[in-house]
Amino acid sequence: MSTIVLLALTGIGLAGLYFLVASGLTLIFGLMRVLNFAHGAFLLLGGYCAWLLGAQLMDAAGNVSNAGFLAMLIAALAAGAVIGTLTELVLIRPLYRREFAQVLVTVGLGLVVGALVMGIWGGDPRNFPAPPWTHGIVRILGANVPASRFLLIGVALLVLVALVAFLRHTRYGLIVRAGVENRTMVSALGIDVRRAFTLVFALGGALAGLSGALAGVYFGAVSPGLGSMLLIDAFIVVVIGGLGSITGSALAALAVGLLQQFANYYFTGIGDLAIVLLLAVVLLVRPRGMLGAST
Amino acid sequence: MSAGAAASPARLPGAAVAQPAILLHVRDVHARLGGAHILQGVDFDVPGRGVTALLGRNGVGKTTTLRAILGIVPRSGTVTFDGQPLDGLATFRVILRGIGYVPEDRDVFAGLTVAENLRLAERRGVPPRYDLVFDLFPDLAARRRQAAGTLSGGQQQMLSIARALLNPARLLLVDEPSKGLSPRLVGETVAALARIAEDIPVLLVEQNLAAVRKLAEHVLVMAEGRIVHAGPAADFLADAALTQTLLGVSAGTGAQA
Ligand SMILES: Nc1ncnc2c1ncn2[C@@H]1O[C@H](COP(=O)(O)OP(=O)(O)OP(=O)(O)O)[C@@H](O)[C@H]1O
Ligand SMILES: [Mg+2]
Repeated sequence: MSTIVLLALTGIGLAGLYFLVASGLTLIFGLMRVLNFAHGAFLLLGGYCAWLLGAQLMDAAGNVSNAGFLAMLIAALAAGAVIGTLTELVLIRPLYRREFAQVLVTVGLGLVVGALVMGIWGGDPRNFPAPPWTHGIVRILGANVPASRFLLIGVALLVLVALVAFLRHTRYGLIVRAGVENRTMVSALGIDVRRAFTLVFALGGALAGLSGALAGVYFGAVSPGLGSMLLIDAFIVVVIGGLGSITGSALAALAVGLLQQFANYYFTGIGDLAIVLLLAVVLLVRPRGMLGAST
Repeated sequence: MSAGAAASPARLPGAAVAQPAILLHVRDVHARLGGAHILQGVDFDVPGRGVTALLGRNGVGKTTTLRAILGIVPRSGTVTFDGQPLDGLATFRVILRGIGYVPEDRDVFAGLTVAENLRLAERRGVPPRYDLVFDLFPDLAARRRQAAGTLSGGQQQMLSIARALLNPARLLLVDEPSKGLSPRLVGETVAALARIAEDIPVLLVEQNLAAVRKLAEHVLVMAEGRIVHAGPAADFLADAALTQTLLGVSAGTGAQA
């Protein structure tokens, strides 16, 4: 029982991380038909920005205060938003209507940022400073669950609610939802849909940056491989959930996180294989993903 | 939709300002799609009042012509609207000059409600004309909270027209509004368009010659990527030999909507 609880909460925690990365990806793809391979780079920059700031703020034992930690998360969010915005304005926009070239540019940016991080801070994992409570253990139903799991779950839930509210109740949310369906028609109503492009890149970048910092907490360290590792899981989540669907991504992240944990435990180490199988099954049964548009 | 469209006597306010005799000039417009030369020098004028019908067999490029005017499809040549060139403008800027677009196949946002579809069309600093559109299409008011994707084809057509009318427009481009509608709904749509056209000039793509007969004052006929005939609608429709050659159908003087 306690094992199941631990596996479940760890799986949901990871799901939170996957969702934070996947939600931005799915919005960008839904609106712009661009699979953003630079998303891992956004995550990496967020993680390393938070780490740099944390290294300034931490005490001798590698701990930071809650206020310092909040500042690190905000720095990660801001770094991600800035790189996301710049990417759209400088690299994507000049290639308007050339989706393939846009995707290639994001691949290039992802590679460059990965290499830069490697060159500047080295390939070794860097210990990630965090408040002591994140290393604590919560006893729940007989299981000893690391507190960081709850941090991930809490932040992911908060982001999910905020994103859904943004999409439902704001003008830009309306434009994004409509644009995911048919962006030509959005322009044909007199709306500059390119502003929504910049917005989803800023938003996706911010969430990726935030997940970089949270991944630092979860794994206890940041390393140059973090971005590409989480990006692959997030791509799978996006496809399973249905391209362009936020709630689809949330559900798919849950399925992927849980499956990965349980498969890894009960069938030692086949978690990733299980996910790829899930992806294959979903694509066979519902080629547009769980909540993908049917048209 | 209900039968209210034709019965209501109120006129559409706001648009009946002085319009130039020729509102839209289209000159030597070429467009290529997927390697095919679809528009091969399209030339025509749209007068500042009434309905101008753009006719032609399936696949001649009528939809492409509308999309080229709006800059949805890349094109060369010149398009002048109310004396101002539209060349090189992004689609949303062309629309903001005062053109309303009702696309072929309606293109309502299926996952959005009726109210959201309309709210999306709202513009900052421009009072939305909800009174006008709900007066024209009372059914839409009753279905505000319904997802547009669950509307019937006729209701979606009404929503698509309503969306284009929410802001004051000086020209409407309407692409095959009767497509796929039952004869009764075609009648209601034609009645609504007739009312709209009293105040706003309309460039109408239409296959239904009975609808053209009721609405249009001028016709333009396309063939092989060019305009091959332009003139008064009545003369064209009365010439059975001409409609037969250009459209492959006989207008048949007795045709009714
Ligand atoms: N994206 C595209 N790529 C390649 N060819 C296209 C594309 N869009 C349209 N075409 C072709 O351009 C031609 C004109 O299409 P268009 O939709 O303008 O015709 P239409 O006159 O509106 O026809 P209909 O009466 O059937 O609506 C057609 O032969 C069509 O197959
Ligand atoms: Mg057409």
